[in-house]
Amino acid sequence: MSTVLVPEKAPPTTGRGVDSRGRRVIKARPTPAERTFVAAARSAALSTLVVMGLIGVFLAVGAWPALQSQGAGFLTESQWLPEAGTFGIASLLWGTLLVGLFALVVAVPCGFGAALFISEYAPRSLKRPLVTLVDLMAAVPSIIYAMWALFFLQAHLLTIAEFLSVHLGPVLPFLRVKVPDSPSSYTSSAFIAGIAVGVVVLPTITSIMREVFSQAPVGEREGAIALGATRWGMIRTVVIPFGRSGIVGGIMLGLGRALGETIVVYALISPMFEFTTHPLESGTNTIAAHIASRYSESGGLALSGLLGAGLVLFAFTLVVNTLAGLVVSRSRSGAATEI
Amino acid sequence: MATATAAPAATRPPRVRIGGLSPEVVTHVVAAGAGSLALVWIVYERLLPLHGAIGFWLVWYVVFIVMLAAVSATTLDRMGVVDRVVGALVTTAGMILVACLAGIVVFTVLRGKQALGHLNFYTETTAFIGPEAPLDHGGIYAAMVGTLEQVAMSVVMSVPLGIATAVYLSEVRGKLARLVRSVVEAMSAVPTIVAGLFIYSMLVLKFGQERCGLAASMALCVSMIPVVTTTAEVVLRLVPGGLREASLALGTTQWQTVRRVVLPTARAGLVTAVLLGVARVIGETSPVLLVAGSTSELNYDPTHGPQVSLPLFVFNQMRLPLDQAIARAFGAAVVLLVLVVVLFGLARIVGGRSPGAMSKRRQRRMNRSVRGESL
Repeated sequence: MSTVLVPEKAPPTTGRGVDSRGRRVIKARPTPAERTFVAAARSAALSTLVVMGLIGVFLAVGAWPALQSQGAGFLTESQWLPEAGTFGIASLLWGTLLVGLFALVVAVPCGFGAALFISEYAPRSLKRPLVTLVDLMAAVPSIIYAMWALFFLQAHLLTIAEFLSVHLGPVLPFLRVKVPDSPSSYTSSAFIAGIAVGVVVLPTITSIMREVFSQAPVGEREGAIALGATRWGMIRTVVIPFGRSGIVGGIMLGLGRALGETIVVYALISPMFEFTTHPLESGTNTIAAHIASRYSESGGLALSGLLGAGLVLFAFTLVVNTLAGLVVSRSRSGAATEI
Repeated sequence: MATATAAPAATRPPRVRIGGLSPEVVTHVVAAGAGSLALVWIVYERLLPLHGAIGFWLVWYVVFIVMLAAVSATTLDRMGVVDRVVGALVTTAGMILVACLAGIVVFTVLRGKQALGHLNFYTETTAFIGPEAPLDHGGIYAAMVGTLEQVAMSVVMSVPLGIATAVYLSEVRGKLARLVRSVVEAMSAVPTIVAGLFIYSMLVLKFGQERCGLAASMALCVSMIPVVTTTAEVVLRLVPGGLREASLALGTTQWQTVRRVVLPTARAGLVTAVLLGVARVIGETSPVLLVAGSTSELNYDPTHGPQVSLPLFVFNQMRLPLDQAIARAFGAAVVLLVLVVVLFGLARIVGGRSPGAMSKRRQRRMNRSVRGESL
């Protein structure tokens, strides 16, 4: 790639500078500046690899004592009692999944609809402002979402939670709570934390789905319309099949963000270390919120346990996001286009 | 057809409008809305033992969709009705998105207004006052200093690294490019709390460094590098290949091409990349929470002692059960929000220019230098 092109003397018929078929060979002789440039760019690229590697190594090394002392119990124990010598992340994993699930229940239908609205329904003059708005919403710091959720959203969600519990609880046992009359038994629940996280990941899901929808081929769209399809008919037969892997990828990227969301969950929940099958009931916990709440009072084995929890979260989000990346990139190459 | 040829202007069939709202749609929507409102008001408020505004509007929405389908069925076939109902649902989703953002901004500004009116809010710290002190004492000066220093340091560390990586990915295109690209993508997905935990375990536990602003800015780098790299790579790819080839054809080295042609052409986009990176990290709370330490005092020195920053200030104050503290938290949140919006707007304005387009000032300067050379 280095590009000082130096013709090797005058073209003799044989000897150096000429290949076996008598063609002149041009060789690059990189200058020192050139060599430095390539080396610098390469080392910058390598340093990102090194940083990622270091994250994994430091977490793994730090977590080793805890993993060694707890063994497989680290993944199956649900209590966190480092003073007593037993701790594990089972309930934390369950809580993380529960919150992520509620987040997706809110964010996926809403994000899907909003993405369709922006790419298919919105008047042309509104499209660009709406795209900017979604990007801006993704840039709003999560601490601001956390305040909004704590001081505004929670109060309104309480009535919904109470309604669900009182009216649907008799039929669906997982919606029951212990004291259905008092509003305080509905605060700080996995349901509320999940919906707040859902609002945080909404712009992520929307922007990925919108991008894929807007890439649906114009020819096929026009074909569907010309055959007499309604707008929804065109979307159902052209836009959604074309964007299917974008939809899946967007959902998974949203899940990845939801699993790692810390501040919103930490601000809302009251920590608890039990398997809850009643998501409307007060009390839950996630890995990220647990790390944020315990790091300062932990030392020794307890801290090592937190690093282990961080390692599990790191591995979890890495897997989810890599899969999502694969799915989305496949859709961009147009491999999913079959109508 | 015969009449059309005889008097084309008079009897031309009405133009078919595709898109836009026809009077029929408007009538149907208004009718369904009003009808469902009346029905739900009677049933929900008067007949059933239910109450609450949210429940009312949820029930109204369901009844509205049903009524819209019923009203549309008077003029449309089944497919048309489905089309209209889906249109209503999708439009609602878009409105929810806009309402969420508007709600968050308006709510934060309304609650923060109280604290923002006091001048001392910007010039004092909360170091020597109690959390219950009135709003004309104490402020966010220490937090602003901390944010400025930490963000500046993470810019200094991650922008050269990010842009050099982008140059490697799009210009040098070595063997590692694919691997690096997917690792950078994975890096952007690392939960910020894990980034904080990493710096905590490396600096604080391994090397015995105390918690400080420098550690916080290193934790921020982990989130900033992938943003800068991916944005910069996209921007560099937009530089026309003809420019590169023209430069190489003049006999320059690749380094000269990148320095004199590619980077100057992409300058606006690179500025956008930096601004987006700053907007991303300026509000990060969880990594800073772990490694910046906790204080309310003013600390100019990022290498020693705990240093507070704006998101950390918001977080600490909002957890106090006192009206003044919460008002301060909202005030600081508004400052943070304004910073993010300004950075974002700047990035849009700068990035809106096509690659190579020059601002007026740069054009004048260039004209002057060209004239100077020709003299």
